[in-house]
Amino acid sequence: MNTVMNTVMNAASLYGLVGAGLFCLGLYALIVHAHLLRKILAINVMGSGVFLVLVALAKRIGGGAPDPVPHAMVITGIVVAVSATALALTLMLKVATATGRAELPDDEGSE
Amino acid sequence: MTLSDYSAAVLLLAGAFFFLAGTLGLLRFPDVYTRLHALTKADNVGLGLIVLGLAVQAQSWAAAGKLVLIWLLVLLAGASVSHLVARAALHRGVRWWRR
Amino acid sequence: MVTTLLQWTFDALLGLVLLWLAWRSLASTDLFKSIVLFIAFGLLMALAWARLDAPDIAIAEAAIGAGLTGALLLGALARLRAVVNEEGVTPQQQPLLRRFPVWLPAILLLWVAAGLAYVVAALPPYAVGLSAQVAANLDASGVSNPVTAVLLNFRAYDTLLEMVVLLLALLAVWSLDIPLAGVAAAPGLILDTLSRQLVPILILVAAYLLWVGAHAPGGAFQAGSVLGAAGVLLLLTGWRLPPRLEGLPLRMILVAGPGVFVAIAVLTTLTSGQLLQYPPVQAGLLIVILETVATVSIGVTLAALFFGSPPRGKQHQ
Repeated sequence: MNTVMNTVMNAASLYGLVGAGLFCLGLYALIVHAHLLRKILAINVMGSGVFLVLVALAKRIGGGAPDPVPHAMVITGIVVAVSATALALTLMLKVATATGRAELPDDEGSE
Repeated sequence: MTLSDYSAAVLLLAGAFFFLAGTLGLLRFPDVYTRLHALTKADNVGLGLIVLGLAVQAQSWAAAGKLVLIWLLVLLAGASVSHLVARAALHRGVRWWRR
Repeated sequence: MVTTLLQWTFDALLGLVLLWLAWRSLASTDLFKSIVLFIAFGLLMALAWARLDAPDIAIAEAAIGAGLTGALLLGALARLRAVVNEEGVTPQQQPLLRRFPVWLPAILLLWVAAGLAYVVAALPPYAVGLSAQVAANLDASGVSNPVTAVLLNFRAYDTLLEMVVLLLALLAVWSLDIPLAGVAAAPGLILDTLSRQLVPILILVAAYLLWVGAHAPGGAFQAGSVLGAAGVLLLLTGWRLPPRLEGLPLRMILVAGPGVFVAIAVLTTLTSGQLLQYPPVQAGLLIVILETVATVSIGVTLAALFFGSPPRGKQHQ
């Protein structure tokens, strides 16, 4: 219990926990929802969670400035995430224009 | 705490109060147009007070100038965007609240 | 690293609000509300980055994560609503999941969440990162902002690949060719005036961010995203690229970023035997050249990603 309190009192691992929570929230929404736009939002939330964990871990240097290498990786990650989002949105629109619904077609023919 | 610390604290708290009032308006007002009115009060005056409070503690005149520039940009963008939102709502036929 | 109670309370509140916003955004029934809440989530993430001593990431998140991603999502929603005429009131569940009980994904994910939380919390509170090595080599890198040094000198290879990824995403979007939703034929007076006032200011801000990135938070990606935002604003007023710039000049600008990067990579490999090993004397100059070209290229690429369809060229009606 003492270690739990220690970790929560440390601001860096507080944000790390928030990042882990965001990742799991996003993963749950990704699994459960069928609508492609919601899936894209969920993936973005997952990405934000991962970035939070990375940067929270970068702050563990005692005193002074945080570690700049994870910061650079997260900036790269944000730009890659926006380009992936743009491509994913275009793919979703293609699926919607082809099938009339913004969901991936079901294989089992239950519709 | 020096005088500049005290005045900065007072200005920041005043700005925060305006933001609180604006958020209350956003949550409680009955339609889009009145909510926009509440938000612009928060944006303009609240941000102005916060910028003043930060400028009092700024390290140089250049930094204070940049803060004021940010406030002016937010004024410009906020006023234009609230007009655009209200116009879009009007075109969409959102009726305004009547007592 | 000791935080005062006030700071910890703020961090805890911010973390809780982030989680709550993410949940409301993903669980909302209205897609427009989901996107707006996601934009608010992005802005609060920028606040979290500021609290974590990461101002470069804060600027990038506010511009790209909240601004450009929000614009892309809203544009896609507008195009989607033109094609799909009925919106389900409740979010539909995956057909595959209807075979399993409703609580199964939630239980499995609670397990995953507990495991992740344990792993994150069990990490030691102090760790030796790479900041000592970065600080030791910072003088030879050509800039004094450590994040810029890492991005454009020490890990320049990652940045090269990132620029190629951006270009590839644009090529894929162009090949799919979904045009932007119809914009009003003439922008109203306010939008017109706003874009005329704001776009030059945005270009100035981008140049400032580019220049200041060498010694303070800023840099090529932040500047490029501000340029991209200016491009999005122009596109929303109905402005289109003049036809004589649509062909080769546009493509040259788009390729310039990764192209110059690859050229410098080849040059440094030939002269010093190692990929992207800058000679310390010219490191500053090389970084300035790379950042400038990258800024323009990133800005145009992001605006083109928002626009969605490739230039028509000679077949333009």
